[in-house]
Amino acid sequence: MKAAIILFPGTNRDRDMAIALRGASGREPLRLWHTETSLPSLDLVVLPGGFSHGDYLRCGAMAAHSPVMREVRRFAQAGGHVLGVCNGFQILIEAGLLPGALLRNANLRFISRDCHLRVERADTAFTRHYQRGQVFRAPMAHGDGNYFAGEELLGQLEDQGRVAFRYTDAAGRTGPGSNPNGSTDAIAGVYSENLRVLGLMPHPEDLVDGLMGGTDGAPLFSGLVESLAA
Amino acid sequence: MTDLAALAQSFGLNAEEYARIPAILGREPTLTELGIFSVMWSEHCSYKSSRVHLRTLPTTAPWVIHGPGENAGVVDIGEGLAAVFKMESHNHPSFIEPYQGAATGVGGILRDVFTMGARPIANLNALRFGRPENPVTKRVVDGVVRGIGGYGNCVGVPTVGGEVNFHAAYDGNPLVNAMTVGIAPRDRIFLSAAAGIGNPVVYVGSKTGRDGIHGATMASAEFSADAEEKRPTVQVGDPFTEKLLIEACLELMQTDAIVAIQDMGAAGLTSSSVEMAGRGGVGIDLDLDRVPQRETGMSAYEMMLSESQERMLMVLRPDREDVARRIFEKWELDFSVVGHLTDTGRIVVRHGGRIEADIPLAPLADQAPLYRRPFTEPAKPAPLGAVDDPIGIGPALQQLIGCPDLCSRAWIWDQYDATVGGQTVKRPGAADAAIVRVEGTARALALTTDCTPRYCAADPETGGAQAVAEAWRNITATGATPLAVTDNLNFGNPEKPAIMGQIVAALRGMAEACRALDFPVVSGNVSLYNETEGAAILPTPAIGGLGVIENAAHAVGIALSPGLSLVLVGETRGHLGQSLWLREIGGREAGAPPPVDLAAERRCGDFVRAQILRGAVASCHDVADGGLLVAVAEMAMAGGCGASLLPGPAEIAPHAWWFGEDQARYVLAVADAEPILAASASAGVPARRIGRAEGSDLTLPDGATISVRTLAAEHGRFFPAWMDA
Repeated sequence: MKAAIILFPGTNRDRDMAIALRGASGREPLRLWHTETSLPSLDLVVLPGGFSHGDYLRCGAMAAHSPVMREVRRFAQAGGHVLGVCNGFQILIEAGLLPGALLRNANLRFISRDCHLRVERADTAFTRHYQRGQVFRAPMAHGDGNYFAGEELLGQLEDQGRVAFRYTDAAGRTGPGSNPNGSTDAIAGVYSENLRVLGLMPHPEDLVDGLMGGTDGAPLFSGLVESLAA
Repeated sequence: MTDLAALAQSFGLNAEEYARIPAILGREPTLTELGIFSVMWSEHCSYKSSRVHLRTLPTTAPWVIHGPGENAGVVDIGEGLAAVFKMESHNHPSFIEPYQGAATGVGGILRDVFTMGARPIANLNALRFGRPENPVTKRVVDGVVRGIGGYGNCVGVPTVGGEVNFHAAYDGNPLVNAMTVGIAPRDRIFLSAAAGIGNPVVYVGSKTGRDGIHGATMASAEFSADAEEKRPTVQVGDPFTEKLLIEACLELMQTDAIVAIQDMGAAGLTSSSVEMAGRGGVGIDLDLDRVPQRETGMSAYEMMLSESQERMLMVLRPDREDVARRIFEKWELDFSVVGHLTDTGRIVVRHGGRIEADIPLAPLADQAPLYRRPFTEPAKPAPLGAVDDPIGIGPALQQLIGCPDLCSRAWIWDQYDATVGGQTVKRPGAADAAIVRVEGTARALALTTDCTPRYCAADPETGGAQAVAEAWRNITATGATPLAVTDNLNFGNPEKPAIMGQIVAALRGMAEACRALDFPVVSGNVSLYNETEGAAILPTPAIGGLGVIENAAHAVGIALSPGLSLVLVGETRGHLGQSLWLREIGGREAGAPPPVDLAAERRCGDFVRAQILRGAVASCHDVADGGLLVAVAEMAMAGGCGASLLPGPAEIAPHAWWFGEDQARYVLAVADAEPILAASASAGVPARRIGRAEGSDLTLPDGATISVRTLAAEHGRFFPAWMDA
């Protein structure tokens, strides 16, 4: 699997992502600076976490206009796989590659702790190594991860099976006590229509090594490798 | 008094100090020169009250690469790598403007570390706040926590540990001590001594504004009731720019362009240029017209004293200027050649075609004030007599576990990104020290901050020794080997003999402990004048400890799991003086703090570490604030597992056994107690079986039970109820 991590000014979870990708694929991912105007031949583009441009404007808004994003959009439109985590998810939304909005967390504070995620479908390149309904743990670390979708969009996402993950308790139940940031319908991640662009707020890349407390995030990366390995 | 002398006084120089300036210059100083002298000779920059006593601290060991005197301490951690670390206070600004004060505290200490070529891998902090009942405290806690998180989260350095205390003595002077740890190749450490006559002096980072002018002076004075009016002296942080600066500097450090580098911290362009040139024994010419400015019409005085954040000063090889410029342009940071090194031994500052300052550097350093301030030796406290138990063991535990000084800090930790970087093996609360693996190796660092100010107030010498011993013990309890410390000495006004006595005694205790434990001080910071309206803080010599463990997988946490036996290592006498039990249950702060027996500390700690590394220990927790039962309860809550406890020895009253704060003790959870007990006997280390981990309740020797779930609820209540109400 040939993967590239896009670096924006203020990206800070690129190292974590590289560890997860390297661990799953055995290959060192490329790192591309946001001013690039062309992409090499790739299987996967990753927009990692961080505070692009300091998040001083709306999170991800400035990065969405970086030169490289024109190429990422073209890559996605041609059927390429794109993963955006945390700030990467925010950028994908601001770039129009994923729908909805990410608002301030409902408690108006940065939240850093582990959450439980339920896999809503297990037939995508990202989730094939999970089971449908499986619950896994992932660290979350964000101030603006409160996913918002209006009724019409929500209906579309449900009808098209585009909700990737929901925040739940350890037993897989949704509810106010297990929705850390107030997201609409506890949505933690969504797909594009073709299921090849995924954005999510929590960080599976930070839980791929038992020494760090678990390997719950590893199937996402091993699934990608199996799907995309040329 | 002349106008200049009056101005000097308002800048914090006394008449005698001011009189040295015309003697050095051979004329009256300009305003800019007066500004430079006053900040360089401020307590904050010159350590004029503490320096003679700081020299008594041990600072060397075979593994110490750079001790105090550089931007941060550097120790060898094996495999060709070095750990670079330091702790620094931002107390005064954090009271005036909690968010920015704390945020820029984090930013400043990060720069001290990456300026030496190290990538920052962990942040910690040591925080002291006033009473929760004081209405100001809530605002300060909220702002400080948001500020630390806001800065650390954005730069992408995990905040992995820290400590928090509350006490009335901090009502008007909260303490914010921030620590950063970085990793660098051992043979690629960057220093600050300028060299190479004619070499360009380069300014990089953010533009200079009018913020923070005379911040170092403010940090060297007491507060009066008008502290709020000092808000303009607080700097504003920009963690995004800091992140770019980290990446740009580390990228440049891959080349051979840099001769010397230093961040612009307290006293900004003044201290960085004076110290770099001074350490290198060269002169420096600065042209302020070339300083990137974000405001118009700034004077030389303002530019030299600005403490605008996220700025660095470098001396480059002349033929590498373009390489460096391209890197900083890529990261969209200002890059400007603002001067060059000279052979004059003077700092010459030009602005708008005029010479605004021309000062010989040697006398600026050599003739800086240095005081042996008078001090009174603190009286040893009277020992506490016998104390009865008014409420029983179980109720006392429940009350203690929920009190502000012992309750869960999850509300705070949940606002700090502890996992970014993907190397955090033990997060806050999981072990006695945070464990962060060194990327690309099997080894990990063990990191902690410690101090028990109420011990220091009662007996500064014992308190100073205890702070060092507790840091050493917390590292040991994970299985790591303690290597070195950074200290952050927070005290009141040193011009008062009683306060100076606290400083002298605390340093004596620290020095003794550092020597006995082979735990040298490699960096540090002194924050004095922590007083408001004449009332001083508790003496607070905060210790940041660093250790290393060769295989991160061997590090143990504190969580219990069913079936393990609990073994107490170390001697218990039931010392209740200055204990939290006495304060929270008995309602008084009295007696002497627990004695620190450094030989026993070493013997017990070395024994425990050996048992951990031999794989015989499943989890381990040191016994500290709150005593033995609190330690067991914390282990139970961490593991979600109960425990049945055996009675203590008959000769010690139950409340003294369970809540005494005797030092040098650990609770070990082990699969097989017999070999541990046998080994302890032959090592001359007291050890005793105290119970067994099982079920979901804590069962006390009298048969009373408290469910771990109930304990956890009590433990978790305070912060959310107080802050989110």
